[in-house]
Amino acid sequence: MSKWGWLLLGGLILAIGLATLLSPFASPWPDGLEKVAEKLGFIDRAEEAKPLVPAPIPDYAVPGVRRQALATALAGLIGTLLVFGSGYLLARWSASGKTKPGPAPPP
Amino acid sequence: MHIPDGFVSNEIAVATFVVSAGAVTLALRQAKRTLEERQVPLLGVTAAFIFAAQMLNFPVAGGTSGHFMGAMLAALLVGPLPAILIMALVLLIQCLVFADGGITALGANIFNMGVVGAGGGYLIFRALQMALPKNRAGFMAAAGIAAWISIELAASACALELAFSGTVPLDKALPAMALVHALIGIGEALITTAVLGVVLAARRDLIPSRLLPREATP
Repeated sequence: MSKWGWLLLGGLILAIGLATLLSPFASPWPDGLEKVAEKLGFIDRAEEAKPLVPAPIPDYAVPGVRRQALATALAGLIGTLLVFGSGYLLARWSASGKTKPGPAPPP
Repeated sequence: MHIPDGFVSNEIAVATFVVSAGAVTLALRQAKRTLEERQVPLLGVTAAFIFAAQMLNFPVAGGTSGHFMGAMLAALLVGPLPAILIMALVLLIQCLVFADGGITALGANIFNMGVVGAGGGYLIFRALQMALPKNRAGFMAAAGIAAWISIELAASACALELAFSGTVPLDKALPAMALVHALIGIGEALITTAVLGVVLAARRDLIPSRLLPREATP
């Protein structure tokens, strides 16, 4: 595999590592917008609203997994692979069917 | 700063959806015209990294956390329009699969973090680059400052949407959002420059050449 390929593989492994090993240690505190919503008193609007479509993995925890850290890590793994896969396919579709404009890039 | 369901009015939801859909369409068209085969894996990896990093909330002040947004980093790695595509894709999956960000607020979230965060952040970066020295330090400073500003821009856009929705008055929402995100933006600047540092050291050609400092390759 080329140096280019190794770097990209490293980036993907880093992403999976962050999403699985580090995500259980993420701060549980409300984020900037949630904090502002609490302080200014409109957080209830979010709690009252029902989602149009129920999400399969709400709040980054795979349902049915007892251990919180494992539920979060699995959610991170699934999400990272899903985003990578769909991003890759979207880019592949975008790049497809092109007549090469200049000299071909090095392999 | 993903907006949940219930925070923005129907009018604001529709208006931001229309603008975001337009921006995504434009980005798709440009990608279809100019995206090269060798950029394909980079787009996927950048999107995956942003998703993963967005899970990692870090504490910024008593009882408040923030997380990386990644719009500025994506704009510098793949260009501003592909960055909007990446942000839209990450936000779509976060909203549909993880209930992070409301479905009705998807247009607003793509507008704030994609159109404003990546598009606006990129313009700020280019302006800063003209003012700063054309070397590695200048490039990093422009990227870091633009990353911080991209957070403030996205947070301000969010405050405006909340105000126009009648959720909260602008004179309360704007200062509150700007203040807390001024802290979160520091994290954004640190992560953005750290990743760019690694990328510059490992593969300088990852970054479009017209954005790079003029000095000789390290």
